[in-house]
Amino acid sequence: MAAREPGGRDAALFAPIELTGRGFYGVVAILFLFILWGGVAYWVQFEEGLGVTGLHQPVSWGFYVTNFVFFIGISHAGTLISAILRLSKAEWRRPVTRMAEVITVMVLFIGAGQILVDLGRPDRMMNIIRYGRYQSPLLWDATSISAYLTASIVYLYLPMIPDIAILRDRLQKRKLFYTVLALGWTGSERQQRVLNRAIAVMAILVIPIAVSVHSVVSFVFSMTLQPMWHSTIFGPYFVVGAIFSGIAALIVAMIIFRKAYGLQGYLKPIHFRYLGQLLLIMSLLWFYFTFAEYLTGYYGGTPEEMKVFWAKFTGPFWPFFWGMALTNFVIPILCLVRLGRHTIAKVLTASLSVLVGMWLERFIIVVPTLSNPRLPFGEGIYWPTWVEWGELAGSFALFALFYLLFTKFFPVISIWEIREGREVGLKEVEERLLTYLPDGSEAELAETGRRW
Amino acid sequence: MALWGMVIDLDRCTGCQACVMACKAENNVPAVGAGEAVRGRIISWMQVLTEEEEGHPGEIKRFMPRPCLHCDDPPCTKVCPVYATYRNPEGIVTQIYARCIGCRFCMAACPYNAKYFNWRRYQKEAPGQNPDVSVRPKGVVEKCTFCHHRLQKARDRARVEGRELAPGEYITACAEACPARAIVFGDLSDPGSDVARLARSPRAFRLQEELGTKPKVIYLTEGEGHGRA
Ligand code: SF4
Ligand code: SF4
Repeated sequence: MAAREPGGRDAALFAPIELTGRGFYGVVAILFLFILWGGVAYWVQFEEGLGVTGLHQPVSWGFYVTNFVFFIGISHAGTLISAILRLSKAEWRRPVTRMAEVITVMVLFIGAGQILVDLGRPDRMMNIIRYGRYQSPLLWDATSISAYLTASIVYLYLPMIPDIAILRDRLQKRKLFYTVLALGWTGSERQQRVLNRAIAVMAILVIPIAVSVHSVVSFVFSMTLQPMWHSTIFGPYFVVGAIFSGIAALIVAMIIFRKAYGLQGYLKPIHFRYLGQLLLIMSLLWFYFTFAEYLTGYYGGTPEEMKVFWAKFTGPFWPFFWGMALTNFVIPILCLVRLGRHTIAKVLTASLSVLVGMWLERFIIVVPTLSNPRLPFGEGIYWPTWVEWGELAGSFALFALFYLLFTKFFPVISIWEIREGREVGLKEVEERLLTYLPDGSEAELAETGRRW
Repeated sequence: MALWGMVIDLDRCTGCQACVMACKAENNVPAVGAGEAVRGRIISWMQVLTEEEEGHPGEIKRFMPRPCLHCDDPPCTKVCPVYATYRNPEGIVTQIYARCIGCRFCMAACPYNAKYFNWRRYQKEAPGQNPDVSVRPKGVVEKCTFCHHRLQKARDRARVEGRELAPGEYITACAEACPARAIVFGDLSDPGSDVARLARSPRAFRLQEELGTKPKVIYLTEGEGHGRA
């Protein structure tokens, strides 16, 4: 396949794999510093116990659980968005899907790792399998997340096979690696047909799994009786938030790689405009859910709920709550309503803002409820220590490192899908468009009309 | 089968904390040290909460000793992923320290904040501890067990002597220690027992009854405040 192509075409997509510059090592070194911080923090915590964190009696969950919900939320970027775009035959998806799928796989490892970091006895982790109780929402999480991880890896890998074959034929290095992974891909029509079917099946499969993942993550909270957790809309609310933050993460990743790898030719402003519009819709949807959630809480007005409610609105958590409203709603709306000019800058601002905002949202769900016990204990305030900050920084850095390493082994934009778009996509779209339109000649139509 | 329960008469409680100290000594509850106490990590299976008069800050309206309420439908055991906390057939909600993975889900789920976490390794086995109660390692959750070891001991004694467990033979350390006799412990399923009789009193109420947790620690008080802490 590669042989048929002119050598220069799509060179930008191969460049990161073929050559590695000094910038790459610089970034890796910086990431390593953060990972080291996280590693040292974890080691100290492992030795001393969770006492080195800021957690305490009423607030027994803090940063780690927040990170868990946040990172698992980001994972909805990928698969869900890419699957929906694929299924709806959105042609502009071609340079986007791969990046989204990679986010999902990488961030799921990080998200699941947060639970491990949070455990008081990580050495007994296997008890979850040995004595697992399916009545506990944590087991639902474990099941759902492993299913999602498996499905996402398959869903990332399948559309990569033709690209790996291209690399196998084109590159001199890592011959064995690519040969094995390419599974003997030759690009024959039969292979292509099988592959397309498999991708379609996975795309359908992965959507319900993704929805289930964030629903059961929310169930960890909503299945308890605690004020402002025990809510029936938590499932969909969390899923919406997850997709929201997922799109934001995807946009940020796209803009970074566009710049770093010179992919301006592939990721055009139009892509960002579409994604920006999606982000805008999600922002509105998120606002709607948040509004519904808080209004019902407020209107019901039970004393326990109100304690938590005011702690968020005017109490010690007000900077987080209003910060969340600002970054998840006000800023994105201001940036995204008009995307005519400076598209990329605006979309980037909105996305970064949403990433901060969704982290705050997770935090504002986890902590204030715990810090306002029902019985008269007095409010517990939570301040994270350097250990929790270290885990946060380390987690982000590890995610970035995973992502970066991926781009050094595999093309970050699906090469064959771009080519397919050029070669057959155009024709297909035209044919498809024709099937949307009324058939036959004017006369025939008039004939049918008269018969009715 | 017995259904162990407790009645606490708030009108008798003077807030002297004798139950708290008796519990700590009986159950090897660690002293966490000043630094940890400031961080809010005191472990106290029995805790005397105070409630202030509304509109009169500083004036204490009521003391409320709060052990684990041994809910008959406990929200904490439902969420445990590994069966490390469960309600046994006699209604006592127990912890298996050797199995707990320290996820703290049960702490988040308990509406009464009756569970405590070993944020660090707070103590080692040492002379002077109660040999009947295991010392908890770091990273696990612990809480009031209704002095479960006392039940085991009393039952063993009865078995050796070839008789049934007599009423009053098994009571908790807090009930034993209370100088005001505000705490009564016994078998709720025996209608003739003191606890069962008191639990039927018109002064009786359960904490946050509306949550449906069915606590087996029942409070007594005259007048206002029923059902609310
Ligand atoms: S009081 Fe809390 S810890 Fe005790 S049984 Fe009820 S829910 Fe569980
Ligand atoms: S902290 Fe221990 S007892 Fe509590 S839910 Fe987790 S594993 Fe179960």
